Amino acid sequence: MSVQSQVAPTSIGMSRLHDGRRLLRAVLPALSLALIILAIWALNPRAISYFGLTLMLSLAVPVALATVGQMMVMAVNDLDLSIGSFVGLVGCVTATWLRDEPLIGVLILVGLVLAYMLVGAMIHLRNLPSIVVTLGMFFVWQGLAILVLPKPGGHAPDWLHGLMAVKTPLVPFPIVAALVIGIVAYVGLMRTSYGVILRGAGGNPVAVSRAGWSLLRGKMIMFGLAGFCGVLAGMALIGLTTSADANLANGYTLLSIAGVILGGGEFVGGRVSPIGAVIGALTLTLAGSLLNFMHISPDWQVAGQGAILIVVLAARTLINRAGVSA
Amino acid sequence: MRSIRFALLATAATFAGSVVQAQAETKDMRIAFSNNYAGNSWRQAMLKSYDAETKKAVADKIVGAADVFTTADKEVPTQAAQIQNLILQGYNAIVINAASPDALNGAVKQACDAGIVVVSFDGIVTEPCAYRVTVDYKDLAEKEVDYLAQRLPKGGNLLEIRGLAGTSIDDDFHNGILAGLKKHPEFKVVNAVEGDWDETTAQKAVSTVLPSLPEIVGVVDQGGDGYGAAQAFKTAGRPTPIIILGNRQDELAWWKEQKDASGYETWSASSAPGVSTLAFWVAQQVLDGRKDIPHDLVDPYLAFTQKTLDAALPKIPVGGVASIEYSLDDAKQIINANLKK
Repeated sequence: MSVQSQVAPTSIGMSRLHDGRRLLRAVLPALSLALIILAIWALNPRAISYFGLTLMLSLAVPVALATVGQMMVMAVNDLDLSIGSFVGLVGCVTATWLRDEPLIGVLILVGLVLAYMLVGAMIHLRNLPSIVVTLGMFFVWQGLAILVLPKPGGHAPDWLHGLMAVKTPLVPFPIVAALVIGIVAYVGLMRTSYGVILRGAGGNPVAVSRAGWSLLRGKMIMFGLAGFCGVLAGMALIGLTTSADANLANGYTLLSIAGVILGGGEFVGGRVSPIGAVIGALTLTLAGSLLNFMHISPDWQVAGQGAILIVVLAARTLINRAGVSA
Repeated sequence: MRSIRFALLATAATFAGSVVQAQAETKDMRIAFSNNYAGNSWRQAMLKSYDAETKKAVADKIVGAADVFTTADKEVPTQAAQIQNLILQGYNAIVINAASPDALNGAVKQACDAGIVVVSFDGIVTEPCAYRVTVDYKDLAEKEVDYLAQRLPKGGNLLEIRGLAGTSIDDDFHNGILAGLKKHPEFKVVNAVEGDWDETTAQKAVSTVLPSLPEIVGVVDQGGDGYGAAQAFKTAGRPTPIIILGNRQDELAWWKEQKDASGYETWSASSAPGVSTLAFWVAQQVLDGRKDIPHDLVDPYLAFTQKTLDAALPKIPVGGVASIEYSLDDAKQIINANLKK
């Protein structure tokens, strides 16, 4: 499918149209974010302030990290259903081992990233559907989390709590963090030559392996990066909540997938947008705030969140279709 | 110490005496309710009680607004974000039924730092700046064994039905039953099954172990599991022991049926979902400037006996749970009772 859509336009005119469409697609995530911020400002002007944005967006930082992790996996044409409970497990380790025995804590976290790489290798070598393997891993991570922390509790290491509560000048910390995450992922994946290979491993694996690149290595690296992002997400989350719960982040699985899609990524490999993914995560977080400010009845809030997703995706489909018919 | 307490009581009395003036103090204040789950009969009853009582409070101009916010999922981060949104909306107090006792502490602390009064109940938060309204489940469970001891002086074998594993509520109930057994050594728990506060789960669990058990004289449980246990005994063709019930409508309806047919006697107790209204009034009282309220408050549970059953049953909706709504005066009484402890 991705091959088909990458067929080069034949004439200059079509190419210009194609570029316009791409541009529109690229700014769509930012546009939806801006719309939601405007709506929040209209409903509750005091929310759009240093204090307000810090509060509303602080929990978007771990979501953004998990979303970038999910994006790594989706770039190689897989789906990671285990990221939610993985973030929860990292949270439990952070609130217990990392605080009490930093060395063992770091070792466990490194081990978890390695485990993620092995999952990637297994999926590639045995040609298993990633949905099935990662769904299984979801329960493995959750079980381990309950073993580490049978009852909610634990404490965030002080340095971590301090880091997440840092007050940056002028621009709130969550925005600075989101920018850094987006730019690092963008440069690494979109602007380096090995990044192109990694995306190619998902978009056109046959071509990449014929060119002599190891697909196994590509998958392991991408899953490892996903695990690394998951570790960062779990640590950031604990820095904010100050205490852990084995079921802390189960919802991150769907949130991260929605974030990638909202940010312009697609379920076919290779087509991802790191900055879009971060924007997608921010949009989802702020959408929750918006629905809250609108005093939408609790029965309708889930539907409201879904509606925002559908509207954005519908807009994207319309743009795509307009391009095809032209 | 005694003199301080006396002084506090005196202050409380002063406040109680100046109700009209006190109401004026909070009439512009807004109280939000952050709730993490609405998907079972207890939670539905909790929201209904809260809605009825707070609508009255708003109409009577005791508070400016009392809005309810339920999170879309049961997730901790969602509720943490919700609390932060409520801070931004400038609420003066937040009443919380929390998704996690510890993991919301970060958001709760932010609320306290913003000068917001936080009162948690049922699903409580451990952050010291918040208030907690709890039901003494340990005492309730101990009373279950006390009741059986009074009915069956000779003692005998008991079956225990546990609740959702890993929750503080299940822990409290179990410890209460252990304490009761220590007091009444003539009883012995011969088996314990997991019923998860759910009639179907309880029925399955009891049915599985029943054939291997000796004669059972009583069932101690945590509510929401008594009817299922009764069905299991009936299906197995065994005599119905004294099953302690937990105020669910189906349990009480079954009790009434048995009572009318054969004079069956038992005891029913559970926390009232209307405890949400008590938490609301505690928040209102703190906003009103009352300084002597302890951060940990114990709410009496709601119990029914052979005598009170008939009057109570028609008032409980089918599929629901017995509840009471607390008025401002009830709340003051409970606060004062907690002060005397």
